[in-house]
Amino acid sequence: MHKTDLIVVGGGLVGMSIAYGLALLGRRVTVLDEGDDALRAARGNFGLLWVQGKGYRNAPYAGWTRQSVALWPEFNALLHADTGIDVHLRQPGGFQLCLSDEELAEETRRLVWLQEAFDGDYPFELLDPTQLKKRIPGIGPGVVGACYTPMDGHVNPLKLLRALYAACQTRGVKIVNGLSVEGIDQHASGFELRAGEQRFCAEHLVLAAGLGNRPLGAMLGMDVPVRPNRGQILVTERLQPFLQYPTTYVRQTDEGTVQLGDSLEAVGFDDRTSSQVMSEIAARAVQCFPRLGQVRMVRAWGALRVLSADGYPIYEAAHDSPGAFVVTCHSGVTLAAAHALRLAPWIAGEADEPAIRPFNLARFKGMREVHYAH
Amino acid sequence: MPTETLFRRLQLADKYVQIEFEGTPLTVPADVSLAAALLTHDLGATRESAINGRPGAAYCMMGVCFECLVEVDGQANCQACLIQVVEGMRVRRQRGARDLLIGGQGDE
Repeated sequence: MHKTDLIVVGGGLVGMSIAYGLALLGRRVTVLDEGDDALRAARGNFGLLWVQGKGYRNAPYAGWTRQSVALWPEFNALLHADTGIDVHLRQPGGFQLCLSDEELAEETRRLVWLQEAFDGDYPFELLDPTQLKKRIPGIGPGVVGACYTPMDGHVNPLKLLRALYAACQTRGVKIVNGLSVEGIDQHASGFELRAGEQRFCAEHLVLAAGLGNRPLGAMLGMDVPVRPNRGQILVTERLQPFLQYPTTYVRQTDEGTVQLGDSLEAVGFDDRTSSQVMSEIAARAVQCFPRLGQVRMVRAWGALRVLSADGYPIYEAAHDSPGAFVVTCHSGVTLAAAHALRLAPWIAGEADEPAIRPFNLARFKGMREVHYAH
Repeated sequence: MPTETLFRRLQLADKYVQIEFEGTPLTVPADVSLAAALLTHDLGATRESAINGRPGAAYCMMGVCFECLVEVDGQANCQACLIQVVEGMRVRRQRGARDLLIGGQGDE
């Protein structure tokens, strides 16, 4: 029997950010993580710290996202001090490149709504093609305009996951890989988790297992409405730096490769690639940057976003299972700083966090699930 | 670091072709990949990493590790282990990342 203060189920970006935040507060934490055959959204990530347009008609989500992005430099500094790993945080602002007038009008409408929701405190610019080419050389004639906000940024998501593992280990977090939680029993003293022959006990339990939160929540009698939404990503050969800004379709990484993506598919638990979607992604990237038409692709993958019924995060302190928490979101990179520095203190009982109140499970009662919301 | 190639063919090739490596003519077997052809000569490193400049040469020989990157007839970032050697190929070391020349002269 293994005993600890808190167990976090899920060793992806969400679980590891929370585990790190708890370790920073001096808690004894054990992370239970599935095997490498798990779905692992954290390993298929595009790496955006994205604010622009998020939380349209849901100002609390926009506010929480902005809070996390504002906390990112502090979070980055803590990770770097603990590990020496440079996760390549850059926050130069980001561009939504628009390929039709309808897309530009829709993005503009969303940003205007958000700016009003924040009483004007929501900086953005609309750029015509001439203005855009001055900021980003190499833009193609198919780009009709762009939205820019200085709030966006990007990071190397694989280095982030590696840094979180290293930082957690430095601070004494016990990480157990390669096991699947098969049962959760609740006793007066806390929770007992069963995984094969092993038993893990803790007073507090955090479910942060992405799509696994649905079956894990059911073990505690909770309905956690999360479903997969597939994104496919193409990666190019290494190129000299030509694009310092993140965009939603095209992002050049710190090591020179270019990621192309932003596809959305509701195809269940299927994380493969498909030639039709890959060709659409490639065509759109070439519209954005025609020179990419001469570049070779070296890798492609599919990964499953973790999407709740309304597209927003779930932060639940379980009513019927005191001491258990459910955390789920599909922006594990953007929200990593808030998860470590705001959510973890709330879970540890050290601070109230009013900003997350709208994201409890009660909101889903009687709601129909949507297939996608940014 | 001077190195002598460690690779020996088990039997003589039926046919040989001439290629150029960094301007120097090389006679290589005709029926092998470019990576294998380069390994039959004492060339040392055939690329410099785009990330940190570390020298490298063909390693996995099956398209996975990208250590065999070279420039072939002006085309950067070619995986030499996936290309059949061809008479007259002009091959250069791949030094760092490919330059897409975006934002340079002539860019629209």
